[in-house]
Amino acid sequence: MIKIWSMKKDENAAAKKKPKTSAAQIRVQKDLTELDLPSTMKTSFADPADLLNFTLTITPDEGMYKGGSFKFSFHINTNYPHEPPKVKCIPKIYHPNVDLEGNVCLNILREDWKPVLNLNSVMVGLQYLFLEPNADDPLNKEAAEEMTKNRDRFAANVKNTMRGGHLGSQRYDNVMGAA
Amino acid sequence: MATIGNGSATADWPGRYFHIDQILDKPGPRTDPGFSAGAEARFKLSFRKPFIVWKVEVKAFLRDQAKILVIGAGGLGCEILANLALTGFKDIHVIDMDTIDISNLNRQFLFRSKDVGKSKANVAAEFIMKRVPGVKVTPYFGKIQDKDDDYYMQFHLVICGLDSVEARRWINATLVNLVDPENPESLKPLIDGGTEGFKGQARVILPTITSCYECSLDMLNKQTVFPICTIANTPRLPEHCIEWASVLEWPRIYGDKKMDTDNPDHISWLYKTASARAKEFNIEGVTWSLTQGVVKNIIPAIASTNAIIAAACCNEAFKIATSSAACLNNYFMLIGTDSVYSYTFEHEKRSDCPVCGGESLDFPISRDLTVEELIEMLTEKQDIQIKKPSLSAPTKQIYFQAPPQLEQATRPNLEKKVSELIPEGGEITVTASTLPFSLSLNVIYT
Repeated sequence: MIKIWSMKKDENAAAKKKPKTSAAQIRVQKDLTELDLPSTMKTSFADPADLLNFTLTITPDEGMYKGGSFKFSFHINTNYPHEPPKVKCIPKIYHPNVDLEGNVCLNILREDWKPVLNLNSVMVGLQYLFLEPNADDPLNKEAAEEMTKNRDRFAANVKNTMRGGHLGSQRYDNVMGAA
Repeated sequence: MATIGNGSATADWPGRYFHIDQILDKPGPRTDPGFSAGAEARFKLSFRKPFIVWKVEVKAFLRDQAKILVIGAGGLGCEILANLALTGFKDIHVIDMDTIDISNLNRQFLFRSKDVGKSKANVAAEFIMKRVPGVKVTPYFGKIQDKDDDYYMQFHLVICGLDSVEARRWINATLVNLVDPENPESLKPLIDGGTEGFKGQARVILPTITSCYECSLDMLNKQTVFPICTIANTPRLPEHCIEWASVLEWPRIYGDKKMDTDNPDHISWLYKTASARAKEFNIEGVTWSLTQGVVKNIIPAIASTNAIIAAACCNEAFKIATSSAACLNNYFMLIGTDSVYSYTFEHEKRSDCPVCGGESLDFPISRDLTVEELIEMLTEKQDIQIKKPSLSAPTKQIYFQAPPQLEQATRPNLEKKVSELIPEGGEITVTASTLPFSLSLNVIYT
């Protein structure tokens, strides 16, 4: 045992007393303060002291979803970045990769999450879904089918639902309000 | 019967340590020469004597002083506790927050069917004490997070047989934080065992000296996670149906109500829901136990893998406590899935490790220094040169460069004095894109 204790003495490297702040917390601090977001994305903290829960608003400036303002909730747990953040779309929207409960099908939020990814990658990934909806990985099957079968009708559906219109039996949320 | 040389005051029957003493009574080719040389210096002894002093000291340490903490009293924990007690450790503590389940009994041999429902830590402690006289096992039925630094400080060694990444990260960070360069005994070697079916690993972590658990976080196998769209639309496996029930249906039906994977009613609901889905898609194989296995992420445990890994861990504990041989440097892995393969290597420390990497500086400043001036100091200091640093204390943010809302919220702090926000000896975590990870400042007021 004494052998081990003497190892610390022999170690000439600078004395280190490490932070009490948890690794997850420092990592979130690092991720957030180094976010490099385009003007189409904005974070909002209900409680600025709580870094683990916030929302992101995406206002795409091109593509079919242009003009809408889409809010996502982010919940990060203490096992970050081993576990990805939990992200949900708050308004009910018509999108092939978002279901009516707000679940989002984005590979890096689940099966392809890695600790080297960060909040910036997730946010950029989410924005990409609005620029290039992906009909191959559908969560809203009807929307995905429409998108492959009749792109114009799909675009019209998107426009209509973004204004809070009905489609089938569903009423969607109006996302045209100010960001 | 305490005899000279066995170093113990408690009643040890004759021959109790006969086999162990084969190692401790004679120097072997791998005995650390530095150790007996140390005794030589301390006692001014001639060439042959130091070893005699050494073995008396070592046995006394192992049997009378060494206090070892075992975290987890499950598959690995049972093996570890038995091994330690039989190797001669006498003061063992054990923590486990779990209770005994009937499915544990096939391999967690300290438990019997009458113990189902009771605390693993309590039952294991009682069993060991009954079976191995003279050994004191102190159980704690609860979470490792319930205990503070003072608690962990009392131990010489910590052995983990855990099944959770989160708990490992926590104990690793706690032990790294405990290291006080002024106090060598604050260095608590952490021996971490883990098994997954036929695979296992044992490693020795000397906090701040070797790589730590966090350094190797990116080596972890990913849990099997299925794409959410597969679960939603094209299920092919019984697991897909179970995930559908727990990830999509539960929140849809129950909203914010939390799913408790230890609640049999919840598992039953998931099982029923998943079965209905499986039927719809003609998928076979959804069972109650698979449902439980998927949602609790249960990995099939194999008793013999646990035995191998626990034995490796306990050998390391013995070697470290006695210096009778060199300890593992620092990562042993066992892969039994395809024949038997094992590999030992030195996992390297990461300079950008959020727990043990980065630097910590003693930072003397005036009580009148404002946060803004402190940031200026950090940006101008030649040896650190940080661009756009963001600062926080363990419980509050001091100044964040971004995002805009947080910058605005923390901006009023710029004019405040650091001493209004941080107590003497307090700590500031600095992050910046120019730093590998973070820098911590120990604030000392001049």
